[in-house]
Amino acid sequence: MTEKKNDEILHDHNHDGVDRRGFLKCMAWAGTGALCVMQGGVLKSYSMSRMSEMKAADMAGELSFAQISDSHMGFNKAANTDVAGTLKAAIDKINALPVAPEFLLHTGDISHLSKPEEFDAVGQILKGASAKEVFYVPGEHDVLNDDGKEYLERFGKGATGSGWYSFEKKGVHFVGLVNVMNLKAGGLGSLGREQLEWLEKDVKPLKSSTPIVVFAHIPLWSVYPEWGWGTDDSAQALGYLKKFGSVTVLNGHIHQTMQKVEGSVTFHTAASTAFPQPAPGAAPSPGPMKVPAEQLRSLLGITDVKLVRGQQALAVVDSSLA
Amino acid sequence: MRRRVCIAVVLAGLLVGMEGSRTRAGAEAGKSPASAQQKPAMMEVKIDNFSFGPATTTVAVGTTVTWVNRDDIPHTAVSTDGVFKSKVMDTDEKFSFTFSKAGTYAYFCSIHPKMTGTVVVQ
Repeated sequence: MTEKKNDEILHDHNHDGVDRRGFLKCMAWAGTGALCVMQGGVLKSYSMSRMSEMKAADMAGELSFAQISDSHMGFNKAANTDVAGTLKAAIDKINALPVAPEFLLHTGDISHLSKPEEFDAVGQILKGASAKEVFYVPGEHDVLNDDGKEYLERFGKGATGSGWYSFEKKGVHFVGLVNVMNLKAGGLGSLGREQLEWLEKDVKPLKSSTPIVVFAHIPLWSVYPEWGWGTDDSAQALGYLKKFGSVTVLNGHIHQTMQKVEGSVTFHTAASTAFPQPAPGAAPSPGPMKVPAEQLRSLLGITDVKLVRGQQALAVVDSSLA
Repeated sequence: MRRRVCIAVVLAGLLVGMEGSRTRAGAEAGKSPASAQQKPAMMEVKIDNFSFGPATTTVAVGTTVTWVNRDDIPHTAVSTDGVFKSKVMDTDEKFSFTFSKAGTYAYFCSIHPKMTGTVVVQ
């Protein structure tokens, strides 16, 4: 998992000497609910409990959104017999964030078996979020029948192909990609030629200073290929994003948080709101991981993302449900 | 109307009668070891821990292979050559396919494509 290249050093755009140790230290605090904000080129961290003491200027991240993932509505086995309850807890957590997110991203596996009632249930629970706008990408559990017909009818309006699309929010360009269709035997996630061609055209006219956020279900970097935790043709997609100074890739699928920085690209996976999965290679298979009931919520979570205008990397903070 | 009903009843009666005799003939054939009509062979493949067990299974032509999902996550069994394609199997659900032609049939789980298996039919 650890790599010797300099890909763990935050891109030094401001020649501020923010080094790997400072950045990783900040990211380690993220597990306890810390906020890392780049201000004047210096990475500052604030614990969630001191949020109220912060000046409005400190907190004026100009764009704020939250990511949830892998709600698996319909799952009812031992690892979590109440996925609706834990999803509600995740929404409560989002509603309690010090800076309200403007919208939500759901990075897939919304449902467990692509059933209409499962999608309905998630929609109902998300109505309780303070942020009313939700953007989705499908997970492999969402497209089980008829090439994802149920998913597309609900969430595919304005999207192309099997559901990819892009949109702008306050000068940040968001791209929702689908890498769970037409999977090949023995393979990983797959974007496919049509989607890659679309992506190339979609980002070509953008200025290199435009912050980019890409979200897709399966990780777009090679987390653990043995378990299918990667995307066969993601390198090509990332190639089209090389010119941009700030790229944030948000994924789900692996039901645990993981982060990697490679040049100006920050890769991040979110926890599930339903059940945890084992760390790469830590179990015979990547299935639902049963933990004592009192520990479950500490292994589920949400992700809060802020763009602080003028700074390069977005601040990505995970917090668990307990 | 009454005549039509009569004809329908007669036809139904004939069909039931034929069905009954066919069943009797089948049962009698099964008792005789030298009979040309043999009981179809069955093979079970257990799905658990994101894997097919056994990963490779060799069966005779005419065997019905039944995949049973004992995992706590849904899986599928899909032939890479389009020969068979199961619906999604949740825990304890099954899918069966009868292999009437010899050959090597590679398949995988379309939800978790790293899960692969082979049925060799001889």
